[in-house]
Amino acid sequence: MTVLLLAEISQGHLVTDHVARALSAVSALGEVDVLIATDEAGADAAAQAARLRGVRKVLLCEAPCLAHGLAEPVAALVRSVAENYSHIVAPAATYGKNILPRVAALLDVMVISDVTALKDPETFERPIYAGNAVQQVVSSDPIKIFTVRTTSFPPAPEGGSASVEVISAPADPHLSAWVEDRIVVTERPELTSAKRVVSGGRGLGSKQNFDAIIHLADKIGAAVGASRAAVDLGYAPNDWQVGQTGKIVAPELYVAVGISGAIQHLAGMKDSKIIVAINKDEDAPILKVADYALVGDLFTIIPELSQKI
Amino acid sequence: MKLLVPVKRVVDYNVKIRVNPDGSGVETSNVKMSMNPFDEIALEEAVRMKEKGVASEVVAISIGTQQAKETLRTALALGADRAILVDATSDMKQDIEPLLVAKILAKIVAEEKPDLVIAGKQAIDNDMNATGQMLAGLLGWGQATFASAIEISAGSAVVTREIDGGLQVIKVALPAVITTDLRLNEPRYISLPSIMKAKKKPLEEKSLADFGVDPTPRLRVIHTDEPKQRSAGMRVGSVDELIEKLKNEAGVLS
Repeated sequence: MTVLLLAEISQGHLVTDHVARALSAVSALGEVDVLIATDEAGADAAAQAARLRGVRKVLLCEAPCLAHGLAEPVAALVRSVAENYSHIVAPAATYGKNILPRVAALLDVMVISDVTALKDPETFERPIYAGNAVQQVVSSDPIKIFTVRTTSFPPAPEGGSASVEVISAPADPHLSAWVEDRIVVTERPELTSAKRVVSGGRGLGSKQNFDAIIHLADKIGAAVGASRAAVDLGYAPNDWQVGQTGKIVAPELYVAVGISGAIQHLAGMKDSKIIVAINKDEDAPILKVADYALVGDLFTIIPELSQKI
Repeated sequence: MKLLVPVKRVVDYNVKIRVNPDGSGVETSNVKMSMNPFDEIALEEAVRMKEKGVASEVVAISIGTQQAKETLRTALALGADRAILVDATSDMKQDIEPLLVAKILAKIVAEEKPDLVIAGKQAIDNDMNATGQMLAGLLGWGQATFASAIEISAGSAVVTREIDGGLQVIKVALPAVITTDLRLNEPRYISLPSIMKAKKKPLEEKSLADFGVDPTPRLRVIHTDEPKQRSAGMRVGSVDELIEKLKNEAGVLS
């Protein structure tokens, strides 16, 4: 069995942590080739991927139409090499979720989203209903196509030295075009791979008050997360949202401040190692999943915590 | 411009679901069902396009059991002009796979010839996030997933997409498939008069046999289990105690 791993590319760079975790998820299946689809500056990303242990070969495809990861040309590329592989996989981030289902349809196979465990080459485990149930499915498709929930697997280490093979892209289907990216620039750790996450919710009351969360996060080197309510109220940007429809995180420490703990939020963080909940409501559902719960006024607790920690 | 909006009947998002202890699946009988929240957003966007004069007709489609008629009546009350039900199973427990849904939708697209399909980004039951992309692939159309803003201009749609790290704007040629993210709009409430009016709107029924597609699922569900439960935690009385526990008991702070 041979696996093709579609490397996630963001802003022209390899998203190494996600690729390394997807790699460790599939390493037991057999040899793994990593496919890099990008514009004419893919050498760095290819070199980075080649250093990951467990990679047999890096396939580098550079073409102007592959810039910005548009689904149609990248899916056409994956399809063009698919017949050499028994499994095609990508990290379950927006990049892979956009592209792999299209590839699956082109090959007339199903896609299996957000795989959290591989039981054998045909049997996969995945969460459904916002993580409130776990399903085991057996695929009868000739090629298994799936995305990997990166938080469920450790990253594969560096120390590899795979060769890089340059391949050519199929013709640009010209169905879509990139206009612009509006990326939030941040020095903080990336939310989905951070070891610590501090998240704020509706209880913060305003964007100004949300700064107390950011301050606490910076103090302990954490990424900042938010509940949907906090995002909808404008306290935090969209891409900080943790939950069923936002990001899935599983850090060592997750601190939920002023977050009630709706099903949809829990879906995004309940696999964290240690959960701390700070809430004034004794009955908030978040307290039921918290390892340490502190009931009280967050406006006095958070400054005190920031100062003493 | 004609719009097609696929809508799915799912367990209401507020319901705490129950997993059957024998591993056979999730309890779906006698549970409150609703339209998938992302599909409401898709329908709302379509209806707004019609209200702005951008679209001329909105057709809602649902694929599943007879009970999905309720969901289509809701769609009609929200402003869809007509509805199509594809009766694909009599078993409430059977979730129709995205690949089969996409194949049926592709056939309906071939018949209805819409200029745009607007679908939700994912259904909150199977959490697949695949049908829109699969449909676009089958049709050979462009796709714009996770949309938080859509602007239609001569022969194309400029779509703002929610991606990791921020937003991406792309332009996709029509016809195309767009899938909606949460922040695209806020769906309206249904008024009583619109419910009455919806009863008179056309709802066409089709069966799986009308489409000549192989309904055999590609994925066989062998077991559905409860997720691992977290062990009960503890209440701490002060910030000092919390810091002490995190450092010495949990070892997540130094």
